[in-house]
Amino acid sequence: MKWNKRKLIDRIMSFLTAACVVIAIIPLLSILYTVTLNGISAINIDFLTQLPKPVGEAGGGLGNAIQGTFIVVGIACLIGLPVGILSGVYLSEYGENKFGRMVSFVADVLTGTPSIVAGIFGYTFIVLYFGFSAIAGGVAISVLMIPIVARTTEESLKLVPGSLREASLALGIPRWKTILHIVLSTAMSGIITGALLAIARVSGETAPLLLTAFGNPFWAVGIDKPISTLPAQIFTYAISPFPDWHTKAWGGALILIILILILNIGVRLITRRKYRV
Amino acid sequence: MPEKITIENLNAWFETKQALHDINLSIQENMITAIIGPSGCGKSTFIRCLNRMHEVVPKAKISGKVLVDGKNIYESDVDPVDIRRRIGMVFQKANPFPTMSISDNVVAGLKLSGVKDKKILDNIAEESLKKAALWDEVKNDLNKSGVSLSGGQQQRLCIARALAVEPEIILFDEPCSALDPISTSKIEDLMLELKEKYTIVIVTHNMQQAARVSDYTAFFLYGKLIEFGETNQIFKKPMEKSTEDYIVGRFG
Repeated sequence: MKWNKRKLIDRIMSFLTAACVVIAIIPLLSILYTVTLNGISAINIDFLTQLPKPVGEAGGGLGNAIQGTFIVVGIACLIGLPVGILSGVYLSEYGENKFGRMVSFVADVLTGTPSIVAGIFGYTFIVLYFGFSAIAGGVAISVLMIPIVARTTEESLKLVPGSLREASLALGIPRWKTILHIVLSTAMSGIITGALLAIARVSGETAPLLLTAFGNPFWAVGIDKPISTLPAQIFTYAISPFPDWHTKAWGGALILIILILILNIGVRLITRRKYRV
Repeated sequence: MPEKITIENLNAWFETKQALHDINLSIQENMITAIIGPSGCGKSTFIRCLNRMHEVVPKAKISGKVLVDGKNIYESDVDPVDIRRRIGMVFQKANPFPTMSISDNVVAGLKLSGVKDKKILDNIAEESLKKAALWDEVKNDLNKSGVSLSGGQQQRLCIARALAVEPEIILFDEPCSALDPISTSKIEDLMLELKEKYTIVIVTHNMQQAARVSDYTAFFLYGKLIEFGETNQIFKKPMEKSTEDYIVGRFG
């Protein structure tokens, strides 16, 4: 093969893009590797099902923290997904005005807000009146979810070609049914991806939960009471001076990653597109 | 032949730009009326005014009357949803719903207006696909995706979808401009069959097509109706100089 300038530049650029992909993947793989290496030894059935033991006692686990994470994230989803998705529908389908553009902008700003701010929000508006609770934790992290879900929903809906909306309207299908049955169902995989990203993002949030859900060494007693969560429990273990607890912190981190992975794969399987476009 | 649609003093705007100027025109029942004219002359805007699709565009405005069977469809007590059910539309680019199967595409309009009976829906799907001359090609693939079909088949699927809601009038907005000659001639044959039962308005860039299928032809230029008459007369003895220029290809 003859080497000329065009081919050479082509080769160099292809190599550079591939190299960047590798650079982007290195931190991900190294985190997975380190967490697995340090955490795998902590994981067993007891670790998943038992309450934490006091310092010095062997065994014990994160059962209540796993339970608590499901409860708090569940509450956050109950609030954040409907509000976020409906906001996204508004922004995409009815938001071609000053108010819509303003909301879009505010959502972008909120997406970049440090999560501790959401914690302070939950603390000021809920904890000060009702005390630490699972609900306060759920509300605080739903504040983080809403802008992500709203913006990704908006973007997915805007990708649905206008010709499909017109096709539906021209059949005598009212606008709300067009949005509900044609636009939303066409954009479904994008909306689910956005929701998943939001859930994955907030499942690992620690700072807002320390200020709202607080933590609890026992099984959950009610959503109006303090509750243990995986990130907060990992935090407690990690800042302790005990090597055994450090291992438990790695184990907790590994479980958190695995849970998010299962969530991702599970939802992908359930919502796998019936028809490829 | 009775008049199906009467257009009186119709003006249309996009924001401040006027796209149609004072159009007056009558469309005869069970006839094919072709709208011809160069790009940007307001042909598509015009037929989108006939089923109230023009107002779907943000900031679009309209004035004047469109009488269907003598009743103005722009009166305040008229629901555009009912109008669009009576006046179907087929678009330039085939636009089947990508998340639906072929049969679901056909009955989408009925399903979303609350028809649930599977038997009725299946019957209408078959009947509409037959009317659209697509049944024999897809009868074994009814559960496949609508977008798996070829371009010409997709366009006939869209015609079947429009027929399934049993409209009185069908508007075709350059239905063949993205199709090859064979698919085009299939759709033209189809239109000739459909005019027995429906009133048809077709926008086309293709003058041979207008000459082949239509009974009446309207020539638009710069948002104005220049000439309207029987297709034979328009093509053989146009009254206006600009009509003749366009037909013989001197501009446009």
